[in-house]
Amino acid sequence: MPNRLRNWFENQKQTQTFHPSWILLVVAATLIIAGIIWVPAEVISKAEHDRPPAADAETISGKDAAHTGNTPPTLEPRPPPTQSGPKTIQVDFSPPDVDDLPNGAFGEVVRLGRNIFNDTQTYARAYVGNGLNCVNCHLDEGRKANSAPLWAAYGMFPAYREKNRRVNSYEDRLTGCFRFSMNGKAPPPGSKELIALMSYSYWLSRGAPVGAELAGRGYPKLAAPQQPPDEARGKRVFEVNCAICHGADGQETQVSGRYVFPPLWGKDSFNAGAGMTQIHNAAAFIRANMPLGQGNTLTEQEAWDVAKYMNSHARPADPRVIQS
Amino acid sequence: MRTNSINPRCLHPASRAGLPAIVLIAWASLGPGAAHADRLAGAALTQQGGPGITACVACHGARGEGQAAAGFPRLAGQPKAYLFKQLQDFSNGKRKNPQMEPVARALSEQQRGDAADYYASLPGWKADAKTAASSPKLLLGSRLAIRGNWNKEIPACFACHGPKGGGTPPHFPALTGQPSAYTRAQLKAWQSGTRSNDPQGLMKAVADKMTDAEIDAISLYLEHPSFSGRRE
Repeated sequence: MPNRLRNWFENQKQTQTFHPSWILLVVAATLIIAGIIWVPAEVISKAEHDRPPAADAETISGKDAAHTGNTPPTLEPRPPPTQSGPKTIQVDFSPPDVDDLPNGAFGEVVRLGRNIFNDTQTYARAYVGNGLNCVNCHLDEGRKANSAPLWAAYGMFPAYREKNRRVNSYEDRLTGCFRFSMNGKAPPPGSKELIALMSYSYWLSRGAPVGAELAGRGYPKLAAPQQPPDEARGKRVFEVNCAICHGADGQETQVSGRYVFPPLWGKDSFNAGAGMTQIHNAAAFIRANMPLGQGNTLTEQEAWDVAKYMNSHARPADPRVIQS
Repeated sequence: MRTNSINPRCLHPASRAGLPAIVLIAWASLGPGAAHADRLAGAALTQQGGPGITACVACHGARGEGQAAAGFPRLAGQPKAYLFKQLQDFSNGKRKNPQMEPVARALSEQQRGDAADYYASLPGWKADAKTAASSPKLLLGSRLAIRGNWNKEIPACFACHGPKGGGTPPHFPALTGQPSAYTRAQLKAWQSGTRSNDPQGLMKAVADKMTDAEIDAISLYLEHPSFSGRRE
């Protein structure tokens, strides 16, 4: 075999039509060029993966800041983060600015949705059974990344949910908020409240890919706590960091009949069926967003402990338990 | 001796203190005595001053409305606990101010409570017809007040200071109707650290993220806010 190859090589050399060393040269050159492209690409994608979530939030804010004019929402695909499943694509997305709301019937219903969202007590009074507003858990009018923004939720429905063991439309999901987080009753399908909230969410998410995981969706998951969440430690965290606004008893006094800061337990708070009663949800929300304007200042352990403390108090019962 | 140095303007309101006095007596007759006695003592103190104590009305106005031109703040209708804390902090140096520190030190703790109680009982700011025409600066101000700027983790002013900025007792003072020079000076003081008596550094955290233009806009807006843009 080597002999035959050498013969062929010499033969080619003699005929002078094609020098076989070119083959080696081309292969070597291809490998070198591929190496030049691949190595830096690998380094860059590694750096992207290693970015902390805080850096993600900043990417969004940077774009948001440039977003006061009439520019359309922007989209930038990012390499999938290592911890996500193979089907999720993480995408940065900025919702449109409220000053760019269209006039006419569509603008009108979006505005109503925004009003319901920010002042649920006034605009959806009939379906609310406590002292809360949607915006209490979805900060900045449902726009803030890592505070369960509407624009990141909208495109993820329909979705199967363990909570009620069926495929839920976005409308179904909204009624869940009213039953549990708002301790009220579900607005009927086709009611003006649901239509308005659907429209507001749709408008906020316009231009975002459907079914794709957007960066900033939900509350950023925390790693398992180093020590089991502890009520007594949580009480101390609460007194130092939270009581100034939420009151020592978690029930801030009202101004003109309305809570300025949401009651965290008791009759005017979310009921026992709400997502916020799950300690990992509460801890994740608190860590990323509390105290207001000082997100990510508590340690993760403090967030776990204070979430445990908050949810150690009595609150309205889960309506599903009452029914059964 | 100090009374001679008082600006004549301060005597003028004191001389026509009749109306507030009648109102105060009416209050006193309505509720439990002790707290209202404090309030009456506070009213007298704010109008007449005392040994080493300039009458409050000299700078803060006859009805605690403040003095816009000089940047002296409105006190009327502020939460009692907030006002009391400020007097305590002036007296122990946690809040710096050349005019207020000596006054606060001259007051007894009882007098600080009386004055705070009196000013808290006066009616707060009410929307007036002076609302300025909208300009890009005022729009920016109203946006910060009502929505904040979450791109920079700045919460809306009104998220803590109450709907329409009217204050959230006991800790969060009213902002609306406050002279713009005062608001501007406080935000700058938090930035520079000359004021550091905010609970948990809440205001320092906000002020540090604000640009001069934003401080200017919010200060101007809060002096004569309009709420028409709040819920379209």
